Amino acid sequence: MSGDPILTVDRLMMRFGGIIAVNELSFTAERRKITALIGPNGAGKTTVFNCITGFYRPSGGAIRLAHDDGRTIQLERLNDFRIAKQAKVARTFQNIRLFPGMTALENLMVAQHNALMRASGLTVLGLLGLPSWREAERRAIDLARAWLDRVGLLDRADDAAGNLPYGDQRRLEIARAMCTEPALLCLDEPAAGLNARESGGLNELLLSIRNEQGTSILLIEHDMSVVMEISDHVVVMDYGVKIAEGTPQAVRDDPKVIAAYLGADEEEAIAVMESGT
Amino acid sequence: MSATSARPSHAAQPSGGAFILKKALISALVALVLFSLMIGVRTEAGPQGGLIYWTRFGDLAALVATVFGGSIIVELLRQWWGPIDKDSLVPKPVQSAMSFAGRWLAPALLVFAFLVPVIFYDQRYILDLSILVLTYVMLGWGLNVVVGLAGLLDLGYVAFYAVGAYSYALLATNFGLSFWVCLPLAGILAAFWGVLLGFPVLRLRGDYLAIVTLAFGEIIRLVIINWQSLTGGPNGVSGIPRPTMFGIPLDNSDSGLAARLGIEFSPTHRLVFLFYLILAMALLTNWVTIRLRRLPIGRAWEALREDEVACRALGINTTTTKLTAFATGAMFGGFAGAFFATRQGFISPESFTFQESALVLAIVVLGGMGSQLGVALAALTMIGGFELFRGLDQYRMLVFGIAMVLLMIWRPRGLIGHRAPTVFLERNQAISSDLVKEGHG
Amino acid sequence: MDYFAQQLINGLVLGSIYGLIAIGYTMVYGIVGMINFAHGDIFMIGGFIALISFLVLVSLGLTAIPLILLIVLLVSMAITALYGWTIERIAYRPLRHSFRLAPMLSAIGMSFVLTNFSQVSQGARVKPVPPIITGGYTLHEGSQGFAVQLSNIQIMVVLATIVVLALFTWLVSRTRLGRDMRACEQDQTMAALLGVDVDRTISMTFVIGAALAAVAGMMYLLYYGLVDFFMGFVAGIKAFTAAVLGGIGSLPGAMLGGLAIGLIETFWSAYFSVEYKDVAAFSILIVVLIFMPTGLLGRPEVEKV
Repeated sequence: MSGDPILTVDRLMMRFGGIIAVNELSFTAERRKITALIGPNGAGKTTVFNCITGFYRPSGGAIRLAHDDGRTIQLERLNDFRIAKQAKVARTFQNIRLFPGMTALENLMVAQHNALMRASGLTVLGLLGLPSWREAERRAIDLARAWLDRVGLLDRADDAAGNLPYGDQRRLEIARAMCTEPALLCLDEPAAGLNARESGGLNELLLSIRNEQGTSILLIEHDMSVVMEISDHVVVMDYGVKIAEGTPQAVRDDPKVIAAYLGADEEEAIAVMESGT
Repeated sequence: MSATSARPSHAAQPSGGAFILKKALISALVALVLFSLMIGVRTEAGPQGGLIYWTRFGDLAALVATVFGGSIIVELLRQWWGPIDKDSLVPKPVQSAMSFAGRWLAPALLVFAFLVPVIFYDQRYILDLSILVLTYVMLGWGLNVVVGLAGLLDLGYVAFYAVGAYSYALLATNFGLSFWVCLPLAGILAAFWGVLLGFPVLRLRGDYLAIVTLAFGEIIRLVIINWQSLTGGPNGVSGIPRPTMFGIPLDNSDSGLAARLGIEFSPTHRLVFLFYLILAMALLTNWVTIRLRRLPIGRAWEALREDEVACRALGINTTTTKLTAFATGAMFGGFAGAFFATRQGFISPESFTFQESALVLAIVVLGGMGSQLGVALAALTMIGGFELFRGLDQYRMLVFGIAMVLLMIWRPRGLIGHRAPTVFLERNQAISSDLVKEGHG
Repeated sequence: MDYFAQQLINGLVLGSIYGLIAIGYTMVYGIVGMINFAHGDIFMIGGFIALISFLVLVSLGLTAIPLILLIVLLVSMAITALYGWTIERIAYRPLRHSFRLAPMLSAIGMSFVLTNFSQVSQGARVKPVPPIITGGYTLHEGSQGFAVQLSNIQIMVVLATIVVLALFTWLVSRTRLGRDMRACEQDQTMAALLGVDVDRTISMTFVIGAALAAVAGMMYLLYYGLVDFFMGFVAGIKAFTAAVLGGIGSLPGAMLGGLAIGLIETFWSAYFSVEYKDVAAFSILIVVLIFMPTGLLGRPEVEKV
């Protein structure tokens, strides 16, 4: 593949004891594109995500992130919070991880932690309540408000995140990730548990994030309607290795992909094939 | 063992005299076995060094009868009230009245606190007690940062109280430094120890964290006891200078405050001064905490309590976040310790036992984790209540322990059961504590 | 070398007592996930009951020491077990599904209750007993007049520990109750669905833990020849430290941790300073946890993302 990759995964290996969860996986995600990582359950998709976002340290291989300004960051050398902070990679979780006891607005404020820490002079200026801090806080609230509006949660801004319906929580988690102003947004099954209407809304949201913010998106998804409709590029994994990649149409017609899904899970296989008809 | 017959069931509760009687009988039987040897037989070291014993079957019978009667009464009450549902224990109208009162409670308490020395000027005992309560309010607010906000369990908080107290005591007695110089030093030293404790426990969670903080508290206490050349060991440090009002001593000397103002000297002056000193220190703690909650660091603490993994995914350095929480909490503990030393004029390791840590933790949890008002109310309840039991003499700690168990069963989530958001767009609505997490560590 | 051997013996004996208490902590932790802060005081109560029943039996005219010891053991195990059962019913069960800190503080409160109950009911003074089991063996006569001694009571403590542990291991691994306990440890809801009486199983966990603590209490009484109302606190913290050091939730870990703490304490006292033996034990705990955050035999915590 040629083009302008933002993320290059190069022969990524991840072992847990004797089990090889990811084996020599290589793929790229293009800048300002939506790349989908699909595969049957247990294919190792979330493990790849955890390697990219620093929750696991890869056993081998390289993960490079090329920023717009030309910097290239070796993600496998950074750990946990630094990937989000320095490499500007944000993520969501398969089983939503909001701060349930904090309001939707507070969730988005926490996401702006690093910017606000600088503005508060590492707390000192903020403690004194200097105008520069107040200005920064006001801007942060504005950004949060804008994102709440984008995901249609403005009227729930002051409700506890844990009190929101499931679909709203999914969107709030995406908004929270976007509040870190990421270069790469990694979404782990963003459509899981959503109904058809919500899932359609999600598609629009993700497309608008790509088009308006210019954020590159990497997503794991089981919902083939989401994958087929919004992905620019699809990577298919099975048993820790890449078995196919290409445009959604190309992947859908690939016999290896169909075989993998048929072998793994009947329902998913039907979903893959039905999405093509 | 009659686990099945004595089980409380929320649904179909059997009733009727036979059931109540059976339950009371079982309770009485259990009590009889439990107390048979412990109450029925009293041992004591005899005059020749051997052990002697005598029986107290009267006491035993009385106690078992009390359990029997008590069980009947409790069971009757339970059937009278219906099944005890924790939420309906306080009726809705009362709850709303309480929330209304809650809005005025904090300011009212504050005004009252300022007026205490005026109202009770002649009652030395009440002034002393108020100072004690305020010391615990301050300790509670300090620990609240660690436990309530950051969700990190700390069973050794008293260590920082001790560090603060000994810092002031030793600096003042050895180098003659004044209270006002030592106070920030005590805070800084305690914060330093907080960071020192923080480092090893960063990776630990839950109960591992609990035992390490407990061990840390014990280590500090044991070092104080054994490093006799520095700390005076079990004898403690005495002759700790009393605080001055910015250089003016509060005694009956010619340069004392009374002489300078031309009024008659009274020891109460110092007490009033101490009262306002600890009140100011506690309010400063409160102000700083409230401010911090609205700053990114404070939000990061609360976010850490809610979900540490999500924090890392958002680029929050959980290491420094935890360390700042430990350091901030420890610093307040250190301030309180310095105050304790100057108030007492004498400190010894006995004041810094695990019981103190447990008491402060109980205040934080009973207050409702994270609630500043709750912590103040809990400190007032626990310390004030403990004083009420003074007449009980040797039974005091026993009653205190029972009260602690009952309070926890009554309000496991504390007196103030909700969390106030730190920022809002339209409505400033409280968040039910059912949603608020406790933290893993 | 002789000196070392002697300390090794002493450390193992002390460690056995800690291990027996530590198992109670670890069992309760494994099944209900709470620190039973009152467990150290249960141990103290066990010691007191052993003392009192011993006194009563002797004054009743019994003279056969083995018989007395057996009755004392059974009585103190039974009554102490009832203490464990009652405490769980009163102070912990109402908080079972509550927040993590509430049962913990309830347990701390219960610990205060037990400490002060025995102070009020039995007085604050230390209760000494004359040595009941005397004699022993000289294992090795050293050159400088130092002899390695193994007293009968030391043998008895270690033997009792081994027997009790064997029984206990059998109970956990081979009986219905043990299977229920392990099931509840894994998943209480699922266990209940499969017909395990969860309440009863948890009660039994407390009962067994308390009975083991009673054995430890009796051994302590025989070995040191005294009990007092405050001994539960220190022993409890040490045993808890042992449980955590071994990896809380792991039964062999608790025993291993107990032996480790016993040995650390004894050797530190012997070669460095008696005053700092507890500091040493706690410091080693902290150092071990830095490198092994879940203790020696604890299951590593897998962070599910």
